[in-house]
Amino acid sequence: MPTANIQVSETPLVLYALRRADDALILGHRLSEWCGHAPMLEEDMALSNIALDLIGQARELYSYAAKAEGGNNDEDKLAYLRDVRQYRNLLLVEQPNGDFAQTLVRQFFYSAFADLYWRAMMTSRDTTLAAIAAKSEKESAYHLRHASEWIIRLGDGTDESHARAQRAIDHLWAFTGEMFAVDDGERALIHAGIAIDPGTLRGRWLTTLSDVISEATLRLPENDWMQQGGRAGRHSEHLGHLLSELQSMQRTFPGQTW
Amino acid sequence: MYTQALNTAETDDRGLEDAVRAAQFQARIDAEERIEPNDWMPAAYRKTLTRQISQHAHSEIVGMLPEGNWITRAPTLRRKAALLAKVQDECGHGLYLYAAAETLGSSREELVDAMLAGKAKYSSIFNYPTLTWADIGTIGWLVDGAAIMNQIPLCRCSYGPYARAMIRVCKEESFHQRQGYEIMLTLCRGSDEQKAMAQDALNRWWWPVLMMFGPPDATSQHSDTSTKWKIKRFSNDELRQKFVDATVPQAQYLGLTIPDPGMTQDADGHWRYSEIDWTEFKQVLAGNGPCNRDRMAARRKAHDDGAWVREAAAAYAAKRAQRQTAQAAE
Repeated sequence: MPTANIQVSETPLVLYALRRADDALILGHRLSEWCGHAPMLEEDMALSNIALDLIGQARELYSYAAKAEGGNNDEDKLAYLRDVRQYRNLLLVEQPNGDFAQTLVRQFFYSAFADLYWRAMMTSRDTTLAAIAAKSEKESAYHLRHASEWIIRLGDGTDESHARAQRAIDHLWAFTGEMFAVDDGERALIHAGIAIDPGTLRGRWLTTLSDVISEATLRLPENDWMQQGGRAGRHSEHLGHLLSELQSMQRTFPGQTW
Repeated sequence: MYTQALNTAETDDRGLEDAVRAAQFQARIDAEERIEPNDWMPAAYRKTLTRQISQHAHSEIVGMLPEGNWITRAPTLRRKAALLAKVQDECGHGLYLYAAAETLGSSREELVDAMLAGKAKYSSIFNYPTLTWADIGTIGWLVDGAAIMNQIPLCRCSYGPYARAMIRVCKEESFHQRQGYEIMLTLCRGSDEQKAMAQDALNRWWWPVLMMFGPPDATSQHSDTSTKWKIKRFSNDELRQKFVDATVPQAQYLGLTIPDPGMTQDADGHWRYSEIDWTEFKQVLAGNGPCNRDRMAARRKAHDDGAWVREAAAAYAAKRAQRQTAQAAE
């Protein structure tokens, strides 16, 4: 049946590309939900722009995953024909948009990481990943600037915006630990110079966060309990709903050309 | 832009709008000169343009909603990116147009408030629902196609800022139109189910699209003065006919049937369409279209939900300015 989920042979390299592709697609999808509904037209434009960059990154990474896998999968099969347990994104990016503060804090946590991550990945021995990194790094730097400026405006704006920003930080904090986790497959890729060790980025990530958050007169949470599971397909309940919408056309009209 | 920055004080219009200035103004229009924001203009010219440009801006913004309805469900990643980029372009058009309207002395906030209060109109076409993916193709092909027919003559509109905005808008619209047609072509070359989806969308959108050109010339309220001021260069019926003549062969190429059994081609090659149901047009204009309430509710919700964000941005900007002033004083 063409509606069935595809199977993916998740070699370490395929899985590695797939995880980053899923991050970019799911976050891009979430941001695209704002289009037409943002607090001001300039943010309709900005959030759509960031969503477009992320969807663009996802497409390159899916295509590379499909190529590395060497079978019949392609970017659309990988995006549209895997179920929630086959998705490998971070829990952070699937969290609902919530209010504007929650969307921007989610973006800030992610972009502060992505900016460092893609810059480091430019030295990957895998030339495709290095090329994707070079393009994504420029985009992430802009995403980070946009999010940082908003965190400062919201934190140091009104009492209400301050409270909303702090609530979003407290709520999303537990989803940040996953960005720095590494499993055995990834360790082998790090050893081979294909991937970088995200653990080495944590200090600088925290510095970026602290600088912006203190300028915003906000504070980072002290609790260090971190939720994990996205990389292994153990998601929050939110992702299934997102996928049912994202995949509805491919599931309703299987095997057609659009 | 702050309205104070421009030379548009009411006293200007009240005190100086005399026969000599009006004649000089008309002479400039007749000589195909562009009128610029700081030039003298009759109050009625300013009012007409403010209404038209702001309605156009509102249409771009409300128009984001029916297409935005499919961004999260686009059938492939390529289509998703293209649709998102397209809707983002519409937002950009809205921004240019509000900026053009602001040069006439009304702020974006005032114009948006009038729309949210239901006092300003936007294009009725956006009060129809997008039910299937084929609607996205049809909107690009027909709605953007009709918009281009309307807007190309506006690139030569007598008011400079509007004319210049239209040049850029038309370039992007023509890209959207080709993109929409390409969606239709893909559907029409696809399965029977896809082709039926395309035909169904054409059936639903055809007549509302013809209504986009406005009421028949015989009953149009604004045309006379707009023509004299070279805001409008072709009549509603002329543009509608141009659109039909351009569209019929495109539908034939797709293998789709225009839902007008009475349509015939006359000896001059023009496609003559049956009478348009203007009762439907009036009903939609009066607020009774299938989506009028939903569209307004969505815009109001975005505005209301975003109020605290705009307040925060303003409060932060004020604090920052205060700090800078304090620093400069030290």
